[in-house]
Amino acid sequence: MEKIKTLIDLKKIRDEKLFGLQIREKGEGAENRVQVKVAMATCGIASGAKDTMEFMAEALEKRGIEAVVTKVGCMGYCYAEPTIEVKLPGSEPVVFGGVDREKADEIIEKFIKGGELVDGIIPVNYETIDLKE
Amino acid sequence: MSKYSMHLLVCGGTSCKSQESDSIAEKLKMEISKQGLQETVQVIMTGCFGLCENGPIVKVMPDNTFYTQVKPEDAEEIVEEHVIKGKRIERLLYTDPETEKHVEDSKRTGFKRKQIRIALRNCGIIDPEVIDEYIARDGYQALGDVLTTKTPEDTIAIMKASGLRGRGGAGFPAGLKWEFALKNEADQKYVVCNADEGDPGAFMDRSILEGDPHSVLEAMAIVGYCIGADMGYVYIRAEYPLAIARLKIAIKQAREYGLLGKDILGSGFNFDIDLKYGAGAFVCGEETALIHSMEGNRGEPTLKPPFPAESGYMGKPTNVNNVETLANVPVILLKGADWFSSIGTETSKGTKVFALAGKINNVGLIEVPMGTTLREVIFEIGGGIKDGKKFKAAQTGGPSGGCLTEKHLDTPIDYENLVANGSMMGSGGLIVMDEDDCMVSIARFYLDFTVEESCGKCAPCRIGNKRLHELLQRICEGKGEESDLVRLRNLGDVIKDTSLCGLGQSSPNPVLSTMENFPEEYLSHVVDKKCPSGVCTDLLEYFIIEENCIGCTACARACPVGCISGERKEPHLINPDTCIKCGACMEKCKFDAVILK
Repeated sequence: MEKIKTLIDLKKIRDEKLFGLQIREKGEGAENRVQVKVAMATCGIASGAKDTMEFMAEALEKRGIEAVVTKVGCMGYCYAEPTIEVKLPGSEPVVFGGVDREKADEIIEKFIKGGELVDGIIPVNYETIDLKE
Repeated sequence: MSKYSMHLLVCGGTSCKSQESDSIAEKLKMEISKQGLQETVQVIMTGCFGLCENGPIVKVMPDNTFYTQVKPEDAEEIVEEHVIKGKRIERLLYTDPETEKHVEDSKRTGFKRKQIRIALRNCGIIDPEVIDEYIARDGYQALGDVLTTKTPEDTIAIMKASGLRGRGGAGFPAGLKWEFALKNEADQKYVVCNADEGDPGAFMDRSILEGDPHSVLEAMAIVGYCIGADMGYVYIRAEYPLAIARLKIAIKQAREYGLLGKDILGSGFNFDIDLKYGAGAFVCGEETALIHSMEGNRGEPTLKPPFPAESGYMGKPTNVNNVETLANVPVILLKGADWFSSIGTETSKGTKVFALAGKINNVGLIEVPMGTTLREVIFEIGGGIKDGKKFKAAQTGGPSGGCLTEKHLDTPIDYENLVANGSMMGSGGLIVMDEDDCMVSIARFYLDFTVEESCGKCAPCRIGNKRLHELLQRICEGKGEESDLVRLRNLGDVIKDTSLCGLGQSSPNPVLSTMENFPEEYLSHVVDKKCPSGVCTDLLEYFIIEENCIGCTACARACPVGCISGERKEPHLINPDTCIKCGACMEKCKFDAVILK
């Protein structure tokens, strides 16, 4: 990694990465790309998030679905671990709770492939802050 | 690609379910099939929306219409009017409590949610092991901005104006603390992040470190610049291995980018961070004890003054801030002091992260503006009490805090109000208790913890807490006397007044506040020798319910002391005078006739 030497360089990296994230979300070739985030804090891992993440990554690849599976920190829904967030191209992300292998399979088959919602959705109940304002 | 063009989301949270949300979903499905729309409209049950007071809730996607207080009989109208004709049903829309207007859209209009995530802004959003994801969300911009355009004094002025107070417990203004450290001149100063989260049931700091470690590192570098320190340490307990691993990765990446190290962003400012591990002693959350532990000495507190800002780590000026406090810093500097101070109450600004635990439906991590009421936290965001039981009390501030009861439900939560009600903010653990919890046992539980965790340096804490614990133990065993209650109170007051550090000064709080709020429960333990909640087994008696007993004699045959009498096929009776409370009868009974009361 090259050192960032000035604030301008830092801003450039931010914008590039942000652009990268946006491309991942909206841009070219993204219509087939699904984004999956798995909550992997201690609590999630203790409830089996590692297994869920492995399964998601493997199953999506095996079934020929282009997807990015990443780990993130705690989403705050301890009562519903393991939790994952799935973002289908061009739509709002959806959070699912209690995702074991079986549930993950259902999410892939019904939600990711068919856009059909499945039980276990956790509605967003908080506001995030916008640092750009 | 979806075959469905519309989704009806019905809240399946515990609270909404208790108000027939199941049958709303059924009815909606029925109506949709009746109209032949089952191929295009899907009805689905979801988790809690966090607005339980307005439940049951039905949300229509994709137009984001949010219906509240829906009844099963509204299903037909929703399908006919909204689904088919596309008309919103005004009377079911959410009413904004401030403007008293119907709000149509839960996502884009002024629909106020109870939670605002500032400290948790990146948790669950970014990959904590990839620095670029943090940078993409404006990470290290505040540091860059401060280093290139602001003096330490300017920055401290912003922090003071923002009103940010320490989130570790006592609530000391962060900006002021920095100023003290800045003003004390020395050849070397240190920045310390207190990640020694030790309250039972608290996991806010761990989640921040695991989900967004860079925000803490960035803030530490900012503190370093403000006070004139070039070295920072994160004091973290060794029992947080994942947080440690992620911090290590974060530090490595920040160094590789030159965001830690020499001449950061060409500003000439040097700053580096290292980790120091704690062995998990509660007292090491106290800043002087923490510093002694960092130096390799016993984790024991010393008298203040001198404050760490004057003489801290290695005798040098040291600024100690808690993880959550630090996580707020970059956002405040990017969005400004006015923005931050517009959130919260008169004396407590910003938000607070709480770890909800205990007898609450939605156990989890939440972040609410200061001034949110306990009722909103427990009954809306938390989804209410488990199994529809009755709320009894909530413990804030862990073993240093006290309990809040039903009469405190509508008190806005901030530093001052909590102290006025005999509790404290603490680090943010919030443990909810229901009618089945015995407050005397709860107080004893917390004392168990403090007795174990007292470092033993000063007598009031070492000996006093032990005696308090013994008194509570006696009361729970039914050997207490009324005079013990006076003794408890006096001893508690003395420990608070004479202990050396915050641990002893607050350890009697759970006892004193439960005595204050539940005097009748203490009295029934010492006078009637009864535990009203049925928790203290020594005060309970085995008892046979006549209606359930079929007279099978299984219990009488199992009783080792022969205290159960009764004819075959007739209800049996336990003689409480000879019963030794072994529980053998209860184990043998197949008809749930034996109970503890």
